[in-house]
Amino acid sequence: MEPDAPATGAIGVETIGMTKRFGAFTALDDVSMKIEPGGFHALLGENGAGKSTLVKCVMGFYAPTSGSVLVDGREAEITNPKGAQARGLGMVYQHFTLVPSLTGAENLVISRADAPAILHWSSERAALADFMGRMPFKLNLDRPVAELAAGEKQKLEIVKQLYLKARFLILDEPTSVLTPAEAEEVLGLLRAMTDRGDLSVLMISHKFREVETFARSLSVLRRGKLVGGGAVGVLSRDDMAAMMIGERTTRTIAARLGEPDPEREILRVEKVTATDVSGLRHIAIDDLRVRAREIVGIAGVSGNGQKELADVLGGQIRATGGRVVVAGTPYTGKRVESRSRRVRFIPEEPLRNACAPRMSVAENLAFRAFDRRGDDPQKPPTLWLDKGAMSRRAKDLIARFKVKTASSEAPIATLSGGNVQRAVLARELTDPVDLLIVVNPCFGLDFAAVSEIRNRIVAARNGGAAVLLISEDLDEILELSDRIVVMSEGRLVYETLAAEAEVGAIGQHMAGHH
Amino acid sequence: MSDQLGLWSVLIAVIGGAIRVSTPFLFVSLGETITERSGRINLGLEGTLVFGAMSAYATAVLTDSPWAGVAVAGLAGGAFGLLHGFVCRLPRVNDVAVGIALMLFGSGLAFFLGKPFIQPSAPPLPAIPFGFWSDLPQVQAALRVNVLFLVGAALSVLLWWAFRNTKAGLIVRVVGDSADAARAMGYDVDRVRLYATAAGGVLAGIGGAYLSLYYPGSWNEGVSSGQGLMAVALVIFARWNPLACFGAALLFGGAGALGPALQSVGISQGYYLFYAAPYVLTLALLIATSSTERALAGAPGELSLSK
Repeated sequence: MEPDAPATGAIGVETIGMTKRFGAFTALDDVSMKIEPGGFHALLGENGAGKSTLVKCVMGFYAPTSGSVLVDGREAEITNPKGAQARGLGMVYQHFTLVPSLTGAENLVISRADAPAILHWSSERAALADFMGRMPFKLNLDRPVAELAAGEKQKLEIVKQLYLKARFLILDEPTSVLTPAEAEEVLGLLRAMTDRGDLSVLMISHKFREVETFARSLSVLRRGKLVGGGAVGVLSRDDMAAMMIGERTTRTIAARLGEPDPEREILRVEKVTATDVSGLRHIAIDDLRVRAREIVGIAGVSGNGQKELADVLGGQIRATGGRVVVAGTPYTGKRVESRSRRVRFIPEEPLRNACAPRMSVAENLAFRAFDRRGDDPQKPPTLWLDKGAMSRRAKDLIARFKVKTASSEAPIATLSGGNVQRAVLARELTDPVDLLIVVNPCFGLDFAAVSEIRNRIVAARNGGAAVLLISEDLDEILELSDRIVVMSEGRLVYETLAAEAEVGAIGQHMAGHH
Repeated sequence: MSDQLGLWSVLIAVIGGAIRVSTPFLFVSLGETITERSGRINLGLEGTLVFGAMSAYATAVLTDSPWAGVAVAGLAGGAFGLLHGFVCRLPRVNDVAVGIALMLFGSGLAFFLGKPFIQPSAPPLPAIPFGFWSDLPQVQAALRVNVLFLVGAALSVLLWWAFRNTKAGLIVRVVGDSADAARAMGYDVDRVRLYATAAGGVLAGIGGAYLSLYYPGSWNEGVSSGQGLMAVALVIFARWNPLACFGAALLFGGAGALGPALQSVGISQGYYLFYAAPYVLTLALLIATSSTERALAGAPGELSLSK
């Protein structure tokens, strides 16, 4: 069956009774949803509510257990993503699907189904330049994708779908790697395209502000079921939140108690310079100090050196100059140093950077002290693992930090993102902490997990720890920090007390106006 | 005369040796470049090289045509490549382990089938005397260039171009760098790798034909002495770039010719050490171009050694 919809203009998509079961688990339960041509529809829901499952069924990644998809009013049998693409459906995933070593131009051209056997780059380039002229993003298509910042990659993913002539675009949390200004730019453009009738958009999002500003209609999923929806503006934020979380109470952020201690400076970064592993990004941090009972938030657009700063502090890359001082003595991120000076580091993407994915939850929880007698960091080293103590400690931490796992022996990779982060926090925050370094702690988590994790961070601060919070989520920085520092192009360019912070000024410095 | 030439004769011999010795390196490394760019490592090319040498020699003896030998060696190499590619698409199979098994299998099978062909002599591959303008026999000898060397040189340029300018080249790179992205585009990752491994096998087989039909120009069990394995290291040193493979193959060939060249001008002290030059060079280059601070640039992301 060949698609015979008109070749341009927005198309509408409807799901009817979509159900997907994985064994005994029902991920999606009889979801019927309609997106009009030219619509901008938001799909809300907590992690695991079935949003990704729904769109993957539409895109032909999963075969639904029952139910069907209508494209432009006709039933469409979509069995793989290529079939979806042929019908004008495109999707931008949360993870990047671009090929890192290929340039932007190569990525675009090879993704086209009708790419010729021999590529004539002069004419392809001319066509791409013409196409990019109609896109409001300015992207350098001659650089390998691996060298692009996350925000640029996200823009290129969207551009790729438009290049492939997608007329119905699914976005899975598209703004999680963008700055507020970039997010507005991207979503504003897409909204304008839907208003012109060129495109329909289905956007998965956690952010109410985005949904209210850009979407025209919305649906809410909870535990695989469609629990509500309607036009944007009719539902209040409280309504949406209530639909998403059902009858559960969410705790508000714990208040910051006490003032930063000006006498006890825990972390000092002095004239540190470093280069990342690809040799492309350089940082130069002249002076950064974090005192006890203080959260310093590093704000910045993704790819402006925050990762390199975190890597230097965590010991993953070596500084080429300057020094990092913790509690008065130089610090290089070695295990012995972090133990004796009670430094805890929670990198971004904890499953990848802070866990051994295939080892069990109990083993992952024991990483700090598995080589000590009785799994206790205060005791002397031992050769033999104390499996009993590890297991007891793991069960205790799982209960205290409410980690949802089948058992303490399940591989940690089987846990959801929020629970992996809870497990990592359990490992890092149970013993007394003097310095806590956290990077994007709530990336991709639903808001029940987010508020809980932020509470833990604030609690550590109230307990007297110095906290360096590196985050690309400006709301998170504003909510948690005592002091805010903006990082741009590898340097610290602006500093303000959170109490006196102006979002406009921070945004300008993030965007490079300083 | 030879006094007058002195060290010059060493240089000429090294250049001639580079051209003569480099061809198998070049073919194997170009083949391995195709395979590794698709995200798989075929360590079995040493076995393919030896089997190619045997099958080419046997065919040339039986048909009296060296070109038939080259063709059979290419086909045999392709079959080994297909076997590697096929076994690797089975679940829970590691390409490095399969490669080592095929290396031993290829060499063993070649020794077994090649026993009757150690004695008879085969017609050699033709060479073009580019040194006709000189009266010096050394220059003439150095510039006798085999046709396969020229084919290999042209092939490295062609591959370099094809990786950028053809759909097939880009698909191989996509598959080698991100299997998920390739699947999302609808390409069958295993099939692309199967073809890429087969193509790599064909080239390695042809490299083997050169060994037995031109230089050293005979079939025996020591004909390769690990050149297939060194060529794999050479691919990493060449950063998966076919043009760099050409340069690296010349460098290795030149290093291999150093020992015999020095011996020919009467430097006999420790010349065995110079025979080890290619091996020392492999080690030295890999150490010199490595870094504890930087990631390996240009490595295909799906390669098991860069994961």
